[in-house]
Amino acid sequence: MLYREAGQFKTNYAADQQVFPIRQDRIGIIVLLAVAFLGVPMFASAYWFSAILIPFLIFALAALGLNILTGYAGQLSLGSAAFMAVGAYAAYNFQLRIEGIPIIVSFICGGLTAAGVGILFGLPSLRIKGFYLAVATLAAQFFIVWCLTKFPWLSNNSSSGVISTQQLIIFGHELTTPVEKYLLVLSIVVVMAMAAKNLVRSSTGRAWMAVRDMDVAASVIGIKLMPTKLLAFAISSFYCGVAGALYAFCYLGSVEPDGFSLDMSFRILFMIIIGGVGSIMGSFLGAAFILLLPIFLDVALPFFAELFGLPFSSATVSHIQILVFGALIMFFLIVEPHGLARLWQIAKEKLRLWPFPH
Amino acid sequence: MIKKFKPALAAAAVSLALFAQAQPVFAAEEQFFPVIGYRVGPYGANGQSFYGGFIDYLNYVNLKEKGVNGVMMTWEECETEYNNAKGVECYERLKGKAAKSAGPIHNMSTGISYALIDKSAQDKLPMAMMGYGRTDAVDGSVFPYAFPLVTTYQMQASAIVKFIKDKEGGNLAGKKIVYLYHDSAYGKEAIIAMEAEAALNKFTLVQIPVAHPGNEQGAQWLKIRQEKPDFVVFWGWGVMNQTALKAAQKVGFPREKMIGSWWTGSEEDVIPAGDAAKGYMAATWNVAGKQVPLIADIEKVVYGAGKGNLQDKAKIGTILYNRGVSAAVLSVEAIRKGQEKYGKGKALTGEQTRWALENLNITEARLKAIGATDLLPEIKTSCDNHEGSGKVKIQQWDGAKWVPVSGWIEGNKGLIHPLFQASAKQYAKEKGITPRDCSKEK
Repeated sequence: MLYREAGQFKTNYAADQQVFPIRQDRIGIIVLLAVAFLGVPMFASAYWFSAILIPFLIFALAALGLNILTGYAGQLSLGSAAFMAVGAYAAYNFQLRIEGIPIIVSFICGGLTAAGVGILFGLPSLRIKGFYLAVATLAAQFFIVWCLTKFPWLSNNSSSGVISTQQLIIFGHELTTPVEKYLLVLSIVVVMAMAAKNLVRSSTGRAWMAVRDMDVAASVIGIKLMPTKLLAFAISSFYCGVAGALYAFCYLGSVEPDGFSLDMSFRILFMIIIGGVGSIMGSFLGAAFILLLPIFLDVALPFFAELFGLPFSSATVSHIQILVFGALIMFFLIVEPHGLARLWQIAKEKLRLWPFPH
Repeated sequence: MIKKFKPALAAAAVSLALFAQAQPVFAAEEQFFPVIGYRVGPYGANGQSFYGGFIDYLNYVNLKEKGVNGVMMTWEECETEYNNAKGVECYERLKGKAAKSAGPIHNMSTGISYALIDKSAQDKLPMAMMGYGRTDAVDGSVFPYAFPLVTTYQMQASAIVKFIKDKEGGNLAGKKIVYLYHDSAYGKEAIIAMEAEAALNKFTLVQIPVAHPGNEQGAQWLKIRQEKPDFVVFWGWGVMNQTALKAAQKVGFPREKMIGSWWTGSEEDVIPAGDAAKGYMAATWNVAGKQVPLIADIEKVVYGAGKGNLQDKAKIGTILYNRGVSAAVLSVEAIRKGQEKYGKGKALTGEQTRWALENLNITEARLKAIGATDLLPEIKTSCDNHEGSGKVKIQQWDGAKWVPVSGWIEGNKGLIHPLFQASAKQYAKEKGITPRDCSKEK
């Protein structure tokens, strides 16, 4: 009843091609953005900003990057964390070595550097596919971490290899509070997510999907495989690179190469698998699921333990948390193998018919 | 499906909301310790001993003397699994509770310390990094809220070199020392000190990194056999330690010529290596064993009252358990010191605890009074020396237990501390911090 597009006529091409063709979706997005930009800063606490919202947005961005590559272009990658590391270290070095460079430009340069490295490690994708390609990107994961550890110049000769990021100064104003950092991250993520949403609807995005579904057929209909695949690697790495720069500058404040481990790459991969492969929204849902659920369990379990008088130590809680988390992942994958985004899609289809399903 | 879950979800949400409101309200006479630690994950076994000891001592103070001047110790644990992001989340979670009163935070992770160093200074919560962390925080003028207490990697490396030098008759010229290290922030911190010592004492330094986790060291030990060093100084962590000992046995390198850092010298490191570990030496700033009167008394008082934190009582008296106790001893002594200035019987805020940590003076007599003689060295901190001691002991594994084989050895302060100051200065410049003037601090 509420979610029905009947009566919404498109009278020109612009209206027909807009990102959200259904009016209710547009209103929904505007409300969501208003809540994120205005509502959340008014009510959330510092804990929410620094421990939940900022990492959620950053990982959603990284997952989005991987989703472009894996979900849309069909190239499996296990190097997302490494590309984040490139972005983080590159942004740090641009900020360090170029006098007076604005921080946003540093982030973009960090993303571009990651894109360059991404193209390099994307080259094998021209010859190999699927799991074999995943193994090739695994090389990126190990090589980049090794490289950042090996060459002290990259970490400004820090004795421990750890970099401490510079201050965040935008238009002469230093961002120090979690709210300001949150707004910065949110703005970047919103812009980049909108760009991605548009990109995947464009001819580039359609070329990616054609390559994903069957690359021989795609090349027969005139899609050049090399530029298409490499572009996917470049853009995906750009997203991961910016996410890495934000991770270093806005979230942790100091990073070491070992922090960007294979474990983190896997987490990002799980995010898109749980959230929905080949869906912009899925990246956000997946990031929320993977990041927030453990924290929720961490807070909820001791409480329920107390309620039922169970003697839980913090170690037990951690073990149970891992158990429940694993069980929930399996549950979702069995019930809905296409991810949370698919659940949302089904909900939308049901809503169209509600309250009178046939 | 969703419908079915709705009531359950609503109930969970409501109960969580209630839970959030029902947070304990601290009475004035409770000193809160945010315990950001780990008991699961790759280094969980180490954390269990350390935090077991830490909490046991806090309990001991509560049971034995009813707190510090009547102020009871309270704490809340948060599990980090040695993961930086989780550490930040834990810190943010406990920060609110620590606003009223806060003891020093011990997180037992260099990575987490790095991530928290700016935040803790902003929130005015003191962070103790005993034997890890950002070592240039020794310079308190730049790092007012960070305390690499007792001693640092660099001072330890210097002390180990001194020990070798004494062993070699006071001269290291022409000798060769291999520095075998975990290729991470932790392993690399001491390189700068080893290089400085090599230049000063004219020995040849060969650096050999081992990639994490270090369970395969064939190539490294082959190289060591080729180099024929006089000593191997060893900076390992976790599974790398036992592997190195076994590999040394395989290539026939005498374990009596291997000296490890304090993270390579616990029972967890040598017992799995079996007889390959016999004769191996490691530095430590706290001794193992129950012969320390305090440890024996903790076992009697705390475990006697059934309030012990360890599930596995066999860990009492191990190196890491005693290290946890020594961390708690320092923390509680800081609270005592702070109360002398800010009022006895009152809980200290983070800011007041910071002052106390900067003005610690734990003498041999005081250690004896607590029953902690030889558990840790004497400590006297100040604004420009957040380390306070810089001394280690060398201990040797005799196949069944750790036996101290030296007195307290102090590193070459004149050589090492300027390195800290230079590094801290660079940090201050990068971050736009104006260092405090230590001559004006009281």
